[in-house]
Amino acid sequence: MLKDKTHYTELLVKGIWKENPVAYQVLGICSALAVTVQMSTALVMAVALTVVTAFSSMLISSLRKKIPSNIRIIVELAIIASLVIVTDQILKAFLYDISKQLSIFVGLIITNCIVLGRAEAFALANDPIDSFVDGIANGIGYGLILVFVAFLRELLGSGKIFGLPVIPRILFDAGYQNMGLMVLAPGAFFIIGLLVWLKNSLPGISHEKK
Amino acid sequence: MGDLLSLFINSVFIGNILLAYFLGMCSFIAVSKNIETAAGLGFAVIFVLTVTSPVNWIIYHGLLAPGALSWAGFPDLDLSFLKFITFIAVIAAIVQAVEMIIDKYSPLLYASLGVFLPLIAVNCAILGTSLFMVERNYTLVESIVFGAGSGTGWMLAIVSMAAIRKKTLYADVPKGLEGFGITMIVAGLMAMTFMMFSGITL
Repeated sequence: MLKDKTHYTELLVKGIWKENPVAYQVLGICSALAVTVQMSTALVMAVALTVVTAFSSMLISSLRKKIPSNIRIIVELAIIASLVIVTDQILKAFLYDISKQLSIFVGLIITNCIVLGRAEAFALANDPIDSFVDGIANGIGYGLILVFVAFLRELLGSGKIFGLPVIPRILFDAGYQNMGLMVLAPGAFFIIGLLVWLKNSLPGISHEKK
Repeated sequence: MGDLLSLFINSVFIGNILLAYFLGMCSFIAVSKNIETAAGLGFAVIFVLTVTSPVNWIIYHGLLAPGALSWAGFPDLDLSFLKFITFIAVIAAIVQAVEMIIDKYSPLLYASLGVFLPLIAVNCAILGTSLFMVERNYTLVESIVFGAGSGTGWMLAIVSMAAIRKKTLYADVPKGLEGFGITMIVAGLMAMTFMMFSGITL
C-alpha cells in the first residue's frame, strides 16, 4: 500500500506551497479572517482543521467505492460533522478558554470549503494513505496563512505575540501607537488582499488564470 | 416590537454576517461578478435563512438542549453536542425541499435561482446563523427576525460588491492585485463603512 517517499513529499509540497488552498484556490477564507485576531486562536484553529481534513479525507477515501454517487455529499457532510463534533468536545475539555473564543468557528469547519473540497477533488479518486497525506498538506498550507495573518494582526493591532507584549515601551514613549484597525474586521480583509498581491508578485509563480 | 426592529437593523448593518463575521465569503467572492446573479443568490439566501433559523430553533430547544427531553423521562440528558450534525442535516434537507417546491410551482423562479440552491447548503452563513442563534439564546420570534436580517445583510453586501466590481473593470488596478486581491481590499473598505453604523442606537 505504501508508496516510496518522494511521492508523499511531492503531495505535501503541493498542498503546502504550490497549490496552497487559501492563496491559490481561494478556499476557506471565512475562518481565515475570523480567527486571526490572536495567534493562539489561529494556531488552534489550524491544528483542528488539519486533523479534521486529514481524517475525513482518509475515511471518505476508504469508503469511496461504497458510497453511491448521488448521495455522496450528504455522506461526506455526515463524516465531516462527526469529526468536528469530536474535535469540538476535545477542545472544550482541554482548551476551554480558546474554545470559547473560537465560539462558532469550530462548528463552521463543517462548511469550510477546504475540507469538502479535498474530499471531492482528491479523496474520491485516490487511496486512503494518499488522501491522508493530502489532507495534512492542505491543512498545514491553510494553517501557515492563518498564522502569518494572525502574526501581522496581533503584532500591529495590539503589539503582542501569543499574548506577550513585544513592542518595547520606549517606542510607545516616542509616539508609536497600536493600529486599532488591524484588530477589527477591515484589517483582516486588507491583509489578505495585500498577501495575494505579494504572492502574485513573487517571481517564478504563475499568475491567476483569468 | 422595538426590540425586534433593533435586532433586525443590528443584524443587517452593525453585525453584518459577512463584513463583521466573515461568514459566506466563498460564494461572496465567487458569485459577485455579476449583479443579477448576485441578487438571485441573495434572495435565495434570505429565503433559506428565514426558514432554517426557526426550524433549527425548534429542533434545538425541543430535542437537543439540556433538559429538553424531560417530557420523555430523560431530565438530565444533554444532546447539545449533536447540534452541528443536526443543523447541517436540517439545512441540507430544507435546501433540497425548497428546490423541489420551487421547481414544481414556479419554474420561472427556479430557472433563475436553481443553480444557486445547492451552493447554499454549504454556505457558512446559513450554518453560522443557526449556531449564533443558539449561542445568543434568541427566542423563536427573534430567531426568525435574526435569520431574515442576516440574509438581508448578506444580500446587501454581495449586491453592492457586484456593483463595485463592475466599476473596477474600468479602473487601473496594479498588476498583481487584479482579481481576488482588489476584491479583498474593496471588501475591507466596505467593512469600514458598515462599521460607521455601530454608533446608531434604536
